[in-house]
Amino acid sequence: MIAQGAIPVIPRGVRLHRDAVRDRWVLLAPEKTIALDEIGHAILSRIDGRTDFTTLIDRLAEDYAAPREQIAPDVSGFIAALAERRILEVA
Amino acid sequence: MSRIPPPMAMLAELTHRCPLACPYCSNPLELEAQERELSTEDWARVFAEAAELGVLQLHLSGGEPATRRDLTDLVRAARAAGLYTNLITSGIGLTRRRLEELDAAGLDHVQLSLQGMDAELADRIGGYKGGFARKMQVAGWIGEIGFPLTLNAVLHRQNLHQLPRALEMAQEMGARRIEVAIVQFYGWAMKNRAALMPTREQAREAEALVAEAREALKGKLVIDFVPADYHGDYPKRCMNGWGSVGLNVAPDGSVLPCHAARTIPHLDFWSVRDRSLREIWYDNPAFNAYRGDDWMKEPCRSCERKAIDLGGCRCQALAIAGDPAAADPVCVKSPAHGKMRAMAEAFNAEGARAELTYRRYA
Repeated sequence: MIAQGAIPVIPRGVRLHRDAVRDRWVLLAPEKTIALDEIGHAILSRIDGRTDFTTLIDRLAEDYAAPREQIAPDVSGFIAALAERRILEVA
Repeated sequence: MSRIPPPMAMLAELTHRCPLACPYCSNPLELEAQERELSTEDWARVFAEAAELGVLQLHLSGGEPATRRDLTDLVRAARAAGLYTNLITSGIGLTRRRLEELDAAGLDHVQLSLQGMDAELADRIGGYKGGFARKMQVAGWIGEIGFPLTLNAVLHRQNLHQLPRALEMAQEMGARRIEVAIVQFYGWAMKNRAALMPTREQAREAEALVAEAREALKGKLVIDFVPADYHGDYPKRCMNGWGSVGLNVAPDGSVLPCHAARTIPHLDFWSVRDRSLREIWYDNPAFNAYRGDDWMKEPCRSCERKAIDLGGCRCQALAIAGDPAAADPVCVKSPAHGKMRAMAEAFNAEGARAELTYRRYA
């Protein structure tokens, strides 16, 4: 689980991109294109390099009217998997 | 045939000019003259067409792309088109000032090639004295400016022992990724198969070392690995499928499904000088020649692995088995597999005595 106060960061060289041809959002990274579903986009579009993990979960819980304890493990897993591939950083 | 998906990635071979003389160069034997290269305006149009077609990632390559004086303008045009822009370079020809201009133009990522992991070997393999020192200087500037960095190293009989050092260098330079490719034999590199082909033991050692390093460096350094073709049992999923994910534009504007496709003589490749990228991607018979699996022969056609490797590499099937629609002879099921294995053994036996034949842009 990502630590409560840890701050997820989208590093330089990684960016969200609207793939108009395929009508979807993607995350563009060095030699990688990751197609995002609605949840993935919801998480990444709220990562601004200042918001810590706890606040990120609060916002997602509020915006999607979902219980914190239910979404926290999923969001943590999503961020951790991208961090392992050096696509996200956790400061 | 099922619906053709739009391409995801484009490799723009801006030029064949290159200051290095790497014996494993995979560019064709006949290089394009500078006069035949696409202009800045041509490339800008091609980038815009690519983005409109669905390309998301652009790789600027060559030759050495830094030999193009308009490199910064090309990067600006690519970013204006909305493409993720990656520069694949040896570093030679880049100054700090030029890198700052590329930064301002929006370059997303740099991929820096290593010929060897120390000056003596790197300069000998690259055939360029002082190249390694210059590269280290460029790597320093890349780090200072803050470009995300991937290192790539082509490994072969003469430098495979330096793989552990390559992994250290990647970490020292702050690279997020390293691509380690055991040399593949296309184009000029075919002349150097004896001098460069690793032994079977070397190839296995490298695989084990990479597997270990991946575990140890998890979350720190991502390692992409291309194993040795000639010592394999099953072929690579070449280009992720012919005309499926990516396309190459050669310096003269010819559009190819892969780097080596021009070795297949019966295919006619169209040029962006005459047609739009969209027309070429969807309608050029050369792109449709090996799409899907209708073209497959036995043993591929009825093989349970055909969805995994898609029959391997068409160019290698032609080069070794004499038929571009045959199974890639890397495959143990290919009738030409024995021939390929025998070739590998013969090259290995000759290897210690073989001289490097350098590739020079004249």
